[in-house]
Amino acid sequence: MSALPDRARSLRRLLTSLLLAAAVYEGLARSGAFAPALLPTIATVARALFDGVLDGTLPAHALSTLYRVLIGLALAIAIALPLGIGMGRYRPIESFFLPLASALMPIPSLAWVPLFILWFGLGNATAIGIVCYAAIFPMLINAWSGVRAVNPLWLRVGSAMGAGERTLFWKVIVPGSLPFLLAGLRQAFLRAWIAVVGAEMLAASDWGLGWVIFDAKEFLKADVMLAALAVIGLIGFAFERLVFGALERLTVERWGMLRAGKG
Amino acid sequence: MVGRAPAFVTTALPFIVVGAFWEIVAHLQLFPARLFPSLETVASTFVRLTVSGMLPQHAAGTVLRLACGFALAAIVGVAVGIAMGRWRLAEDLALPLVSMGAPIPGIAYAPLFLLWFGLGNVSTILLVGFVSAFPIIFNTWTGVKAVKDVWVRAALAMGADDRRLFHKVIVPGALPHILTGLRLGLAQAWRILIGVEMLAAVPWGLGWMIFGAREFLNTDVMLAGVVVIGAIGLGLEKGVFKRLEDFTVVRWGMMT
Repeated sequence: MSALPDRARSLRRLLTSLLLAAAVYEGLARSGAFAPALLPTIATVARALFDGVLDGTLPAHALSTLYRVLIGLALAIAIALPLGIGMGRYRPIESFFLPLASALMPIPSLAWVPLFILWFGLGNATAIGIVCYAAIFPMLINAWSGVRAVNPLWLRVGSAMGAGERTLFWKVIVPGSLPFLLAGLRQAFLRAWIAVVGAEMLAASDWGLGWVIFDAKEFLKADVMLAALAVIGLIGFAFERLVFGALERLTVERWGMLRAGKG
Repeated sequence: MVGRAPAFVTTALPFIVVGAFWEIVAHLQLFPARLFPSLETVASTFVRLTVSGMLPQHAAGTVLRLACGFALAAIVGVAVGIAMGRWRLAEDLALPLVSMGAPIPGIAYAPLFLLWFGLGNVSTILLVGFVSAFPIIFNTWTGVKAVKDVWVRAALAMGADDRRLFHKVIVPGALPHILTGLRLGLAQAWRILIGVEMLAAVPWGLGWMIFGAREFLNTDVMLAGVVVIGAIGLGLEKGVFKRLEDFTVVRWGMMT
């Protein structure tokens, strides 16, 4: 992240650039060159956002999206974490699952949507399945490489001091690979967040932010769309900065394990 | 990626096991055959669609769209990224917008683009370009910023003008980052293109093909399509960028 001394400057440039972008947008919207239904003014979008929050529909949509993401993510973690760690620790597991993972990884999660619709029907199960698929691979690959990246010296020191397999696992391997695991979680969430929006659009159920956007298209409500987009961006941003940032600060950063200049 | 030269057998084994498992489930008829076709059905559908030219045509549509969108993103993204890295004003203005736009899932913009630009190719290409531009901008900007000051000063001291400095120092110096950005951008473009094709009702495209197959319960067509999608994805990952990297930065000894 950027250096701290020019915090004031970064705040100033943030404001300048946002104001400028808003002014350009507002100018375009008011110029009348485009239909107001397609390019609503900022005030209209704010109003749609405000109304949606007040009558409780937007929070309800956001909650069902979050529910799908979190369940799917939890499933993905439940599968990928043990498997990834197993792959890092035991050669046979690695040589069995790695080719499968490499073959499945290049298939975008949204390509499974039609198939999942047929298998699981429209609605929650399909969306959760897609989220799970999207989140599994970053988690798996990071867990696998994290375990392999644990310094072998630490393992030998641990065993020399009489740590059993269990202690070794909990006290050395898990903390040692934690930076990777957290990075994997972060990537998994980002992928899951993309996948859930797409899945909600395609496998339309009645609730969810992706569905709101898709449904608003039918009625030419660009203001509702932009409001829902703002909520999607906000939630994604909040997770990225607050949840994962805090997780990292509390664990690996405090233990001094994170190298400077993370990507 | 796999490392440690695996013998052919160890690579093939997992696929044989999973394939056998799939076959058993399919032939036991635990699920309706329409929804869970056996592998030979999928294979024969694959051959039938390939011979009739359907599958290649859909695949060509998808790849062409990907290429157009990605080319757009690469040109705009690298230009914006370099401008941001070189000029403070551009950085100040663009960075907040880029960092706010990046975390919004690209596919969320799809309906908006469809509304603005209509169903079909234009929306799809613009959206793919828009989405994959973000990582390209970010990485190019980082790359230009990471060019060593000493190199720039040395070149200036040796009398390089702005143009030469740009071509001979800044671009090669930033190239590893730029290539990383392009690779990430392509991966991102690929991940949403299939979804966007389903939404945008493009005339030819793998996404549209597998989504349309849903109406007729053609699970075999879907699976054949997914196989092609996976193959293209793998090709993009292994074929295109590995080659480009080997040819430039690896050869120059900037990356291993």
